[in-house]
Amino acid sequence: MPDGTVISPMPEPASIEAPALDVAGLTVRFRRREATVAAVSDVSFALRRRETLTILGESGSGKSVTLKALLGLLPAYTEITGSVRLAGQPLLGLPAGELAKLRGQRISMVFQEPITALDPVYTIGKQITETIIRHEGVDETTARNRARTLLERMRIPAAERRLGNYPHEMSGGMRQRAMIALALACSPDVLLADEPTTALDVTVQIQILHLLRQLQEEFGMAIVFVTHDVGVAAEISDRVAVMYAGRFVETGSVREIIRAPRHPYTAGLLGCAVHGGRRGSALTAIPGGPPDLAALPPGCAFAPRCKYAVEHCRLGDPPVVTKSDGHMVRCVREA
Amino acid sequence: MISAPTAMLDPRDRGGPAQPLLTVEGLRKHFPVRGGFLNRRIGTVHAVDDVSFAVRKGETLGIVGESGCGKSTTARLLMRLIEPDAGEIIFDGDPLGVQSGISVNEMRRQMQLVFQDSYSSLNPRMTIAETIAYAPRIHGMKRPAAIERAEALLAQSGLDPARFARRYPHELSGGQRQRVNIARALALNPRLVILDEAVSALDKSIEAQMLNLLAEFQRHFSLTYIFISHDLNVVEYVSDRILVMYLGHVVETGPVAAIYETPRHPYTRALLASKPTLDPDRRTTEPPLVGDPPSPIDPPSGCRFRTRCAFAQAICAEMAPPLLTCDDPEHLVACHIPEAQAAVAAAHA
Amino acid sequence: MADTAISSAAILAALATARPASGYWRNVGKRLARDPVTIAVSLVLLGIIFIAVFAPLVSTGHPYDGSVLHRLAPIGAPGHWLGTDEGGRDLWTRLCYGGRLSLLAGIIPVSAALCVGGGLGLLAGYIGGAVNTVIMRVMDVFYAFPSVLLAIAICGVLGNGFGNAVLALSIVFVPPLTRITETVTAQTRRLDFVEAARASGSTAFQVMRHHVLANVLGPVLVYATSLISLSIILSAGLSFLGLGVTPPQPEWGVMLNALRSAIYVQPYVAALPGLMIFATSMCFNLMSDGLRSAMDVKLNA
Repeated sequence: MPDGTVISPMPEPASIEAPALDVAGLTVRFRRREATVAAVSDVSFALRRRETLTILGESGSGKSVTLKALLGLLPAYTEITGSVRLAGQPLLGLPAGELAKLRGQRISMVFQEPITALDPVYTIGKQITETIIRHEGVDETTARNRARTLLERMRIPAAERRLGNYPHEMSGGMRQRAMIALALACSPDVLLADEPTTALDVTVQIQILHLLRQLQEEFGMAIVFVTHDVGVAAEISDRVAVMYAGRFVETGSVREIIRAPRHPYTAGLLGCAVHGGRRGSALTAIPGGPPDLAALPPGCAFAPRCKYAVEHCRLGDPPVVTKSDGHMVRCVREA
Repeated sequence: MISAPTAMLDPRDRGGPAQPLLTVEGLRKHFPVRGGFLNRRIGTVHAVDDVSFAVRKGETLGIVGESGCGKSTTARLLMRLIEPDAGEIIFDGDPLGVQSGISVNEMRRQMQLVFQDSYSSLNPRMTIAETIAYAPRIHGMKRPAAIERAEALLAQSGLDPARFARRYPHELSGGQRQRVNIARALALNPRLVILDEAVSALDKSIEAQMLNLLAEFQRHFSLTYIFISHDLNVVEYVSDRILVMYLGHVVETGPVAAIYETPRHPYTRALLASKPTLDPDRRTTEPPLVGDPPSPIDPPSGCRFRTRCAFAQAICAEMAPPLLTCDDPEHLVACHIPEAQAAVAAAHA
Repeated sequence: MADTAISSAAILAALATARPASGYWRNVGKRLARDPVTIAVSLVLLGIIFIAVFAPLVSTGHPYDGSVLHRLAPIGAPGHWLGTDEGGRDLWTRLCYGGRLSLLAGIIPVSAALCVGGGLGLLAGYIGGAVNTVIMRVMDVFYAFPSVLLAIAICGVLGNGFGNAVLALSIVFVPPLTRITETVTAQTRRLDFVEAARASGSTAFQVMRHHVLANVLGPVLVYATSLISLSIILSAGLSFLGLGVTPPQPEWGVMLNALRSAIYVQPYVAALPGLMIFATSMCFNLMSDGLRSAMDVKLNA
């Protein structure tokens, strides 16, 4: 708006509209000297506005690579196949100039370490106003007003003064809020969040999660949230996709996944969650370690660590079973 | 980790199970902040101020707090990797650094530190076996015997010595490196092991394995643990007693059940309430604390939590509250305001 | 990985089948062997060293024998395939013998400075505090002089001769090697495994020897290798100016000086010593680069 205010979209009925983000068969391969490694294999999901999907996985599962592939942040030698649509518009294969226009404006990203993701030689105010000006072409004053309003909406006190701060002059939580402000500067339709609270203290983390939920209500965007923490997933998600060795092994609503997991890996992950209730007894750990993506076993990638594994599991890719309520499990036992 | 101290007495024991293994009194460490034209001192980081606690034999003391609270500095002060500005450390009845007491070198044989896994916690130019054998060799063991001990420890840590003894750190995964870290700490057969965020950097499935291993070692070697972490769940699972730190002060200490179920300090309550829920239907509606923890450079006077405390009064700015018992003699709180403690207890119930 | 209790039988069985894995330097060697530039450069360097060491066997004449009648013969002249210098001596022979002094002038100063400077830097970086201040500020004083000027000044005081030139260059290289060793040592000292070593009760000397030195040596060695080429050039420069090696001793810098006036008469011949200096320096520099890349481990085996 010309006077600098930001219009939040009116709340819309969430069910009858095209998905804000539609991903089908996304596969990302890295060509290495010895072999080609598929960091992400056949990932599909659809996300509506005001919906949050959490990709839950451990290190090496491919969750960060998935996000980077959506935004085109991977190096040129990666092979990306599949389809990614942002409100119907295809993203993969777009020329760099077109993609740059969409990034920051229609789809943006929040990273884990704000101190490295924010440019250290520019003030916060400069970075936000620059983004607004580049995408929307307004003048400096309008952009600055918008930036200040944004910081206030992030619950950053003394927003006017903060505009002149450099990233290193702010505390961790403040920096993360500034990065979220930067990501939301042009009211994107989709926000990608790559472990944004992992490096934060727990009292700050809960504030940021709470803030993101509120901002989602106000801005109406879809969020793809990546984390390894089940508690964080429970706090923020509507739906959860559990990722292992580059594949979604289970997807469903957050309640289903946490209360009634069906895939052995999901059950194992939830089962080994440490909390005080388990005092005095040994934890049921998942045996073994994360798989080597360059040398995956035949068949199901989780089979070597799975206590329910049978011969059938090693024969071929496990079938994808989707129930009527949308709950998907990639396991032989469900077929 | 079981609550009762083990009955088996170490031959080095002096004083029996009733005597605390480690007593810390009035520990203090300030770091100067230098900057400006001639590298002048422009501020002070009050990392650790007047920290006192005791660790009983065979128990696990959990130290919990957020960044800047001083828990890692405390660990390094205990190991004498940093010299404290003030304070007394008494190891099994013997004061440290005094003629009649125990020397730092001797204490280091009985107390060891396990670091957070990072690539830098193991010497990249030494094999795993050499790294573990290093401490025994320094203290006089011959090389073949030390290597044999190292390989035995590797096996106990769940790493096959045939495959791992001659490997280098960069060939191991994070979980494997952490097992080596633990084995290295056990090489000198210590009685007390300080675990400084030892499982924080690991994947959840590996973390569970590691905690099981630590429990196994504690039983087998009759170890006493000081477990430092920011992860409230892990600390609750692992500890017998808890120490809560905020900006260099101890704000509350007591048995784990008392702290987690009936906390009395407003900060402890806020910390516990900030834990992400595991139930999607019971999400946190309001974050208990606003803003970031303040910097330990020139912290607030008196009670350092008063700037974020809903119950703060004038006295909180004048004087740092001492650690005093509430109803339970084991449960100590540092707070001037009884109403605050009562409100916290009621709210958390 | 099973976290089970000990079983001595299992341990003994495991120890019996222990197998060595690749070490760090072996990995570095493997990576060096895979790099084509390093291989090519090493071969050239080996060639140069070979002809310098075996000069009497390889050369076609005598370094001091010459007839003024045959001075400044061009390349391809009969009996002198690279021509003759201003004294009629066979240039190819002079280049071969000259290589000895030039290479020594490259390697000895750097090695000596590595020992002295490296040791001082290690102490300064590890101990810190007042020791660090004293050592580093003294080095700063020397550092303030441009290296050429410093070398000239020292040679001027000590006098001519190859030995003095080598001594002067050694002194010149001590400050930069001290500085880089101090920086790397200070960084390494802060790493967790050094703290762990201190926590296990080692003395400072033990920690330095077992943990710090091995990790510091790598980057310092890379830097030192690149100094070799500088040393060759500086010694050539000193000879060029009349300090250091004096005629009729064959050394590339001296030869370059002597042939300077012949540049209008036989330009190709006059350029040959310079070419040798250039080629040798390039080779050492590229080797240093290759070593640096090969040492960049970081899990990319």
